[in-house]
Amino acid sequence: MKYIDEFRDPHLARKLLANIRAQSKQDVRFMEFCGGHTHAIFRHGLRQMLPPTVDLRSGPGCPVCVTANADIDRAIALAELPDVILTTFGDMLRVPGSRGSLQMARAEGGDVRIVYSPLDALQIARDNPEQAVIFLGVGFETTAPGVAASILEAEARSLDNFYTLSLHKLTPPATRAILDAGEVRLAGVIGPGHVTTIIGSKAWEFLPLDYGVPCAVAGFEPLDILQAVAAMVEMVEAGRPAVVNAYSRGVRPEGNSTALGIMQRVFEVGEAEWRGLGRVPASGLTLRGAYARFDAALAFPVEVGPSRQHTGCRCGDVLRGVVEPPDCPLFRRVCTPAQPVGPCMVSAEGACAAWYKYGEANV
Amino acid sequence: MCLAIPTLIKSIEGTTARAEVGGVERTVSLALTPEARVGDYVLVHTGFAISVIDEDEAHETLRLLEELAEFYTDEMVAAEMEQRPDSGPGS
Repeated sequence: MKYIDEFRDPHLARKLLANIRAQSKQDVRFMEFCGGHTHAIFRHGLRQMLPPTVDLRSGPGCPVCVTANADIDRAIALAELPDVILTTFGDMLRVPGSRGSLQMARAEGGDVRIVYSPLDALQIARDNPEQAVIFLGVGFETTAPGVAASILEAEARSLDNFYTLSLHKLTPPATRAILDAGEVRLAGVIGPGHVTTIIGSKAWEFLPLDYGVPCAVAGFEPLDILQAVAAMVEMVEAGRPAVVNAYSRGVRPEGNSTALGIMQRVFEVGEAEWRGLGRVPASGLTLRGAYARFDAALAFPVEVGPSRQHTGCRCGDVLRGVVEPPDCPLFRRVCTPAQPVGPCMVSAEGACAAWYKYGEANV
Repeated sequence: MCLAIPTLIKSIEGTTARAEVGGVERTVSLALTPEARVGDYVLVHTGFAISVIDEDEAHETLRLLEELAEFYTDEMVAAEMEQRPDSGPGS
């Protein structure tokens, strides 16, 4: 088994769809938290195959998209410093901040390098001892443990030119913020599969307990997503919300204790600024005092002006699930993948990019 | 960004593995999954194995789906498809 094709079996998918159709009586809207799910749903044409009673809505699960303009501005300012190499995942490069992007900073002479892993950034730091190497720490609980492990590695190797700007964010508080705001009525949440490999399916128990909303944690193949939808339809119809782990081959109820331990050793939880959600308490990760020497925010205090938003861009509303991309006046007319106005059109996980790439007919 | 790919571990040295995905070998850190062994599939995200795939659970999921599939006869599925002529999962 290679864990991909087996979970794309069209025969089983049709049977699952028949199951969903037979069970689904009430009109429901489920939010897929994760942008990876949004893209898988579009790529496999799942929205158009579900019965009309089941509506899927994209959530804030795109780390690049939820990064606030002020933080992008700060990253750009760091990239413009002399003797600094700014390393980042590729998705961040073209994201527009208030006045430019990392790509523009690079064009103007900033040393900005794309890395696949924070370990690549460590290697760059070893290869360039005379320069400060800053890793732009963007990502949810899936990504933060690897960044924490890289900081521990830097400490073990006594690397004194490696830093990270931690913009890491936590997914359950964002989900709470959306439900608390009450702007979009949700009957269930498709839990982010890879985040949940780390935090464990138990981390979502607040959804049925506090909000009466079911949650099904899903993998990223069509059968995974359909299985999660089927489980949530069943829970809604039975009036018994719970957490279902529909990705049990990768997700344990308790999560990954090694990864959680490393993440908690290096980072502490604090307030974070989210595009679309604003400041959310206890939703971000900052470096603990013991690792402060790796903190780019402390080592390189840069001044950035007040951040600006592009008027008309509804990326924030898309991230809260309040509107869908075609509801934005800029979508497809002004904002395209070639000339993106907001990050939701840039990122490979952004909802606007999915709608653009796979077409509005795919609903 | 939360993409993670099932990857087969071929060899391990310390906390680093050589692993294969789609015929390509690459280095993967096992710092977050020290329990991983040669022959395991792991989910790899940004160079780190974040979870060891549980083969028994994968088989159990597919078995449950097959069981469900037996309940929904081909006629029922055909009726379903008739309502939605364009349907058919992509790959």
